[in-house]
Amino acid sequence: MLYSEKVMDHFKNPRNVGKMEDADGVGEVGNAVCGDIMKMYIKVENDIITDVSFNTFGCGSAIATSSMATELIKGKPISEALTLSNKAVVEALDGLPANKLHCSVLAEEAVKAAVKDYYDRHGIAYDPELLCSGDCSCCHEHDAPAQ
Amino acid sequence: MFVYADNAATTKTSKTAINAMLPMLEEFYGNPSSLHTPGQLAKEKLEQARETMAKYLNAFPSEIYFTSGGSEADNQAILTAAAAGERRGRKHIISTKFEHHAVLHTLDKLKERGFEITLLDVGENGIVKLEDIDAAIREDTALVTIMFANNEIGTIQPIAEIGKLCHRHGVCFHTDAVQAAGHIPIDVKAMNIDMLSLSAHKFHGPRGVGVFFARRGVRIENLINGGAQERGKRAGTENLPAIAGMAAAFAESCESMEKNAAKLIPMRDKLIRELSKIPFSIVNGDLENRLPGNVNMCFEGIEGESLLLLLDEAGIAASSGSACTSGSLDPSHVLLAIGLPHEIAHGSLRLSISEETTEEEIDYIIETVPKIVEYLRNMSPVWEDLENGTREHLVCKKGA
Repeated sequence: MLYSEKVMDHFKNPRNVGKMEDADGVGEVGNAVCGDIMKMYIKVENDIITDVSFNTFGCGSAIATSSMATELIKGKPISEALTLSNKAVVEALDGLPANKLHCSVLAEEAVKAAVKDYYDRHGIAYDPELLCSGDCSCCHEHDAPAQ
Repeated sequence: MFVYADNAATTKTSKTAINAMLPMLEEFYGNPSSLHTPGQLAKEKLEQARETMAKYLNAFPSEIYFTSGGSEADNQAILTAAAAGERRGRKHIISTKFEHHAVLHTLDKLKERGFEITLLDVGENGIVKLEDIDAAIREDTALVTIMFANNEIGTIQPIAEIGKLCHRHGVCFHTDAVQAAGHIPIDVKAMNIDMLSLSAHKFHGPRGVGVFFARRGVRIENLINGGAQERGKRAGTENLPAIAGMAAAFAESCESMEKNAAKLIPMRDKLIRELSKIPFSIVNGDLENRLPGNVNMCFEGIEGESLLLLLDEAGIAASSGSACTSGSLDPSHVLLAIGLPHEIAHGSLRLSISEETTEEEIDYIIETVPKIVEYLRNMSPVWEDLENGTREHLVCKKGA
């Protein structure tokens, strides 16, 4: 099989899928030309991510990594969600094929983009470095992380 | 229900092919190069297979060389023409942007040897224009290589006219007929084809075997050196079981070609007609000049791989492009060649049916695909943007 059982499970039964109408922060990363777009919605109360959901256009691993990322940050303090790495997403899914690792980077970026939007909307000051995965198909200011 | 709709990737080996192969393993196991009786009996079977392949291509048996498949034959044909060109100071080759990678990557290699390669556009309908070929032919053109039918969108090229044109200009003409052989008529003489490649597993033969046809007088370049098999042009003990299986499958496919097409074309057109009802979908490639079993469509706002995985889950084996490039993240070079933007090309679906496909299976596909497209669109932020107008539709058709 191309994908692990966990990846297939999260692809076929994605957790927290769908648009959130009253989100406190929304982040969208990726682009349609490359074939992956992730949009992540978060609800925040007292610095805790009380709810999270996503919509994704992309391959099986793009959907599975989005789903897993939402599971990993749900109910967590923002500070903890920001430490979520693409590696942690990959490990939680029992691995991804080498040419699909970028999907996990996208998932990490989507979380950070949603938090950034939350901070911006609420006028909360932040360190921009904390909100960047260091890769960025979005900002292109850094080199891709070692995969 | 299980539906196999990926016959352009490979086909199920037919009973006819299997029955032709078994005696070659059990009875005619001699080496065709051996002088003893078992060897000579095997040699006889080998030549019978060659005669069969020649008969249905309208070639001479001595023009048929058995290879390991279509890719090897493509490589050998192109390198043969390149060597002939080099001897005469001709280092220009004409091909198209949507050839199989066995052709495109071989041409890339030739660039390193100083060849100039012209890759022609194929237009929106996926058919190369004769006037473009005519305009591209130069004094130093060594070869025109154009596929008979495209492996992704199934469009059939005007091969007889291209052959005539090349013949008039005195330029060697090769065609990759891997998708065409056994499905649509091929006549190498009438079509002025100098070299042709085909592969057995695309017409219910076994894999790992194919044919390189080279017209008499073509000085063939060896890819594999060694023994004197295949008139000294392709070394290695002949894979007689596979060769016999290919010949039997080819004879059967050619004999039932009309009957198969008469069954397949209405099923193909029904699939196209019904799936086109999905809003913002497009059919890729010409609707008339098209392989009887090929359907290729794009659905805006979704990505092909997730569509395939869910179709597989529903029991439908299909593909998003060619099986050879499914490991790649780039959209199909064929769909880009017919002018589709990347965003659309990512959402492609190829269904390739065979004469074994049933009406019930077609109905099941028609019932299943729209549901999965809708499911994926519902979770697609691209689709959401298309729906609320923040992103413009690139597909203008709203569906029938």
